[in-house]
Amino acid sequence: MLAENHIISSCLIEQGTVVKDGSMLFENKEADLADFLLSVYQHFQLNYPKFYKMDSLSKLGWLASEVLLKDSFQKNQYQPEEVGLVLANRNSSLDNDIRYFESAKEIASPSLFVYTLPNIVIGEICIRNNFKGEHGFYIQDQFDAGFIACQVNYLLDHNILKACICGWVDVLDQNYKATLYLVEKNPTDSSKPFSIKNINSIFETN
Amino acid sequence: MEKDVFVVADNVLSPIGKTTIENFDQLKKNASGVKEQNNQAISPKPFFASLFNEGDINIESGKTKFEQLLIDSISDALQNSGIDPTDKKTILIISSTKGNISLLETEVHTPELEKRIALSTSARLVAEHFGFVNMPIIISNACISGVMGVITGMRLLRTGQCENAVVAGADVISSFILSGFESFQALSPQVCRPFDKSRDGLNLGEGAATIILSTNRKYSENIKVLGGSVSNDANHISGPSRTGQELSFAIDQSLKEAGLSTDDISFISAHGTATPYNDEMEATAMQLSHLQSVPLNSLKGYYGHTLGAAGLIESVISIQSLKEELLLPTPGYNECGVSQPVNVIANLQPIQAKTFLKTASGFGGCNAAVIFGK
Repeated sequence: MLAENHIISSCLIEQGTVVKDGSMLFENKEADLADFLLSVYQHFQLNYPKFYKMDSLSKLGWLASEVLLKDSFQKNQYQPEEVGLVLANRNSSLDNDIRYFESAKEIASPSLFVYTLPNIVIGEICIRNNFKGEHGFYIQDQFDAGFIACQVNYLLDHNILKACICGWVDVLDQNYKATLYLVEKNPTDSSKPFSIKNINSIFETN
Repeated sequence: MEKDVFVVADNVLSPIGKTTIENFDQLKKNASGVKEQNNQAISPKPFFASLFNEGDINIESGKTKFEQLLIDSISDALQNSGIDPTDKKTILIISSTKGNISLLETEVHTPELEKRIALSTSARLVAEHFGFVNMPIIISNACISGVMGVITGMRLLRTGQCENAVVAGADVISSFILSGFESFQALSPQVCRPFDKSRDGLNLGEGAATIILSTNRKYSENIKVLGGSVSNDANHISGPSRTGQELSFAIDQSLKEAGLSTDDISFISAHGTATPYNDEMEATAMQLSHLQSVPLNSLKGYYGHTLGAAGLIESVISIQSLKEELLLPTPGYNECGVSQPVNVIANLQPIQAKTFLKTASGFGGCNAAVIFGK
């Protein structure tokens, strides 16, 4: 598959760091996951009360999307239906599922139950940004750049979407990794071709 | 020119029957899987749902009920299909919302359990059983997962990457799932009533279904997948859109892709979960897409809401409806209870049918639509 689409920006959150387009923007290696996510939210001076209700997977994905899009995404150039997401992970919503399961031993909590689906992180990002286009959440044992590229290229090449946020968002207990890519049809001065090689080299960077 | 994607074979595996034909024959006689259940392992109180009986499914050693449902459904669909699962141009696509989550209830929580619960483990076991050589694709996108399986398969086949796609979906009802829906007060204390004035919630159900797709021209007389689309409400993570515009958008995009107008849609298999909000939103979406006169049903009164399998079970039954040119009614429907009326089918009736539209919506604000046709 020829790389006709372009990675406009990328964001990695893992091992206590937040990296955007290859530059480390924030570091907090001492904190546990919950404190780390809160420190990211505070560092970037985000103001979104819904954040506090999210589970870890949604917080992680949402934060990565905020950093990804900031100053990189020209929102007013797109209709809501023209922007979508393709995300994947290994553990689905298991991190939150376990929390819900424990809570249900006493009283089942609807605010925990709603996060027992991995696509809710997509929902949170869509609500925040008014993205109404195509989306999909896939489960993979390992990040499969080829598959993600195939899905995203199809959506862009067929004009189903004009911009797509794609990548990997996974959390299980204290292990977490988010790698998001903003992919569009037209290049910018700093964009990279949306090729499997580039997707993987960004994914594997620490 | 986009390649045609044909439906080669299918299966529904449910408390009503083990094959598509068995299921459809039972539905024609108004049989339903939804009953009052007294199952302490799932709920301390009685509840209405469509569940397999103990012993209905013969679970192989090393597999779970969830995996066995997929294996049995795929097995039946593959039989006499002419499709070779070991062919490198064949891909397996699996849809599920919660897979083996019930293992949390019965097993000690260890890292090994976390691996065992992962949907990719289930997909691998199912793939190995049949000898699929390609890595399976696994969709977990709430209640639109089944419809997304068909759309993903259709698109992959159109790119020419594969020639055949075995699309299977399943979900099993456990205490985890039931308690969750109960915490939302989403369950009806009786058989559900889609689009009805007195509707008061959904029934859960378990089951599996398989649709085998191919672009091989030897199937050119078969029913085709004509188009599909997915959208997001961008409104609320557990309640649907206030306007129905986003589901309407997915419907319109599907029609556009299929090259059809609303007049070309013979009937609609709606999501129709019988919650106050879903049915209202869905009916409004139908009206926005100018489909309010098209005969419409919801199969949730027969199967309950089968979550990740719903889009597939209901598509297969509707494909059978299309083949037999016979519309199934909507059990539980009596009086219109949505502000934008839709044409709910009241009785089993013959119809000259060329196409149908299947819709689905789910938590996370997702919507999907797919069109099948002759």
